[in-house]
Amino acid sequence: MRTLVATTGRILRQLRHDKRTIGLLIVVPNLLLTLLYFMFDSRIFNGLALTMLGIFPFLIMFLITSIAMLRERTTGTLERLLTTPLRKTDLLFGYGIAFGIAATIQAAVVSVVAYLFLGMDTLGSPGYVILIAAANAVLGVALGLLASAFAKTEFQAVQFMPVIVLPQILLCGLFVAREQMAGWLQAISDVLPLTYSVEALQEVGRFANPTSTMWRDLAIVGGAVIVALVAAAATLRRRTP
Amino acid sequence: MENTAIEVRDLVVHRGKKPVLHGFSCAIPAGSVTGLLGPSGSGKTTLMRAIVGVQLVKSGTVTVLGKPAGDKQLRHEMGYLTQAPSVYGDLTVRENARYFAALYGLSHKEADAAIKDVGLEEAKNQLVGDLSGGQHSRASLACAIVSNPKILVLDEPTVGQDPVLRDELWKRFRGFAEAGTTLLVSSHVMDEANRCDRLLLIREGKLIADDTPAAVKASAGTDDLDQAFLNLIRAGETPGETS
Ligand SMILES: Nc1ncnc2c1ncn2[C@@H]1O[C@H](COP(=O)(O)OP(=O)(O)O)[C@@H](O)[C@H]1O
Ligand SMILES: [Mg+2]
Repeated sequence: MRTLVATTGRILRQLRHDKRTIGLLIVVPNLLLTLLYFMFDSRIFNGLALTMLGIFPFLIMFLITSIAMLRERTTGTLERLLTTPLRKTDLLFGYGIAFGIAATIQAAVVSVVAYLFLGMDTLGSPGYVILIAAANAVLGVALGLLASAFAKTEFQAVQFMPVIVLPQILLCGLFVAREQMAGWLQAISDVLPLTYSVEALQEVGRFANPTSTMWRDLAIVGGAVIVALVAAAATLRRRTP
Repeated sequence: MENTAIEVRDLVVHRGKKPVLHGFSCAIPAGSVTGLLGPSGSGKTTLMRAIVGVQLVKSGTVTVLGKPAGDKQLRHEMGYLTQAPSVYGDLTVRENARYFAALYGLSHKEADAAIKDVGLEEAKNQLVGDLSGGQHSRASLACAIVSNPKILVLDEPTVGQDPVLRDELWKRFRGFAEAGTTLLVSSHVMDEANRCDRLLLIREGKLIADDTPAAVKASAGTDDLDQAFLNLIRAGETPGETS
């Protein structure tokens, strides 16, 4: 527990020293949402903005995490950490919690902008939007930790973005409604976790109270996080060649 | 010999496809400074990685304080300085030291003491990424000694330090040993060998000498350690081979 808290704090401290990254984390999603606001009429914008609130944290945290973890490997800090009392899960959960906190703040700011200034509207409470966005961020972190095990360089690490993240965005129902997809595409969509978080967000949009579908979808995202973290722990080897 | 802190027996390690250590054996006495000397690429880092338990080994055993290397309990007793500085460049010296202290359940007090020990008190609030090369590796050293470990494995700790600081660091190492810590310190600079209680001379993954500096010099018939190293290599080679 002590080492988990220390590790979470250390990762947040690293982030705090990087003012420009913090700025980008907060400003970029708002700029993109504003762009969408001027591109689409308000009815389409509403659904789109809601979906984007789930996609931003997923995408951004995936990228940040895979680079951060790769840095731990290449600078030797990971090797040293593995000779200390730190448990492997402390490191993985430390990233999950630290970047989860950062993403929650990000989602809160973006939600305020979307609801107050861009006229986004949901029947359900904004609190659930932020909760789902945070779950998505943690999903991005978990997949990023896993992906970084297969990358030796930064070039390789960023390549995992189109491999792991992009298909989920294409097939989550943002571009083509899932019901209109060919059967095999829908089947792929069915096993991708982002599909469920997007569906959960749409449930918040359509219903005043949290639905059982929303809770089920959140549980599926949570399950995917755990599977990815367990796999990441398994690929994180104390002894290396 | 006194108590043995680290025992390596018939250690075989391959890195990539290359055999690096071929049946390496040695014993390192507790509470002493043992120098691991040898040319670059001879396997010093590989041996140290095996001792701290992060190296995949093919066969053989490494025992540290009576436990197999890498044992969970041992991780509370060891400090490891990697050859390339392994600290967070985007944290200050102090934040780095405090983080590593916290991993051992230690407070800010120990972290600040370690920073002082490596002579970085002036720079403690600077980002590690902004430090000079020598300061950077001392920041890394601070994180290795912060827990006051029973075993300190230091991979080329004095590289890039000016002579005055090098002297201070060696005095520090001596102090640790007097307090009961077992130190294994690698170097490819022979003049540091005289500071050690014992020397392990390694070449191409083989141990070519394991003795006190004086005895190594005596057996090589010279007072100069550089020359002694050369003599021992020549003596160990089969006739006809040249170096
Ligand atoms: N990750 C690695 N993969 C393959 N070979 C390696 C790796 N690291 C080191 N080696 C090789 O192992 C040998 C011993 O390296 P090392 O233990 O680092 O030597 P030293 O620390 O004495 O300079 C060298 O020939 C080096 O090329
Ligand atoms: Mg080396």
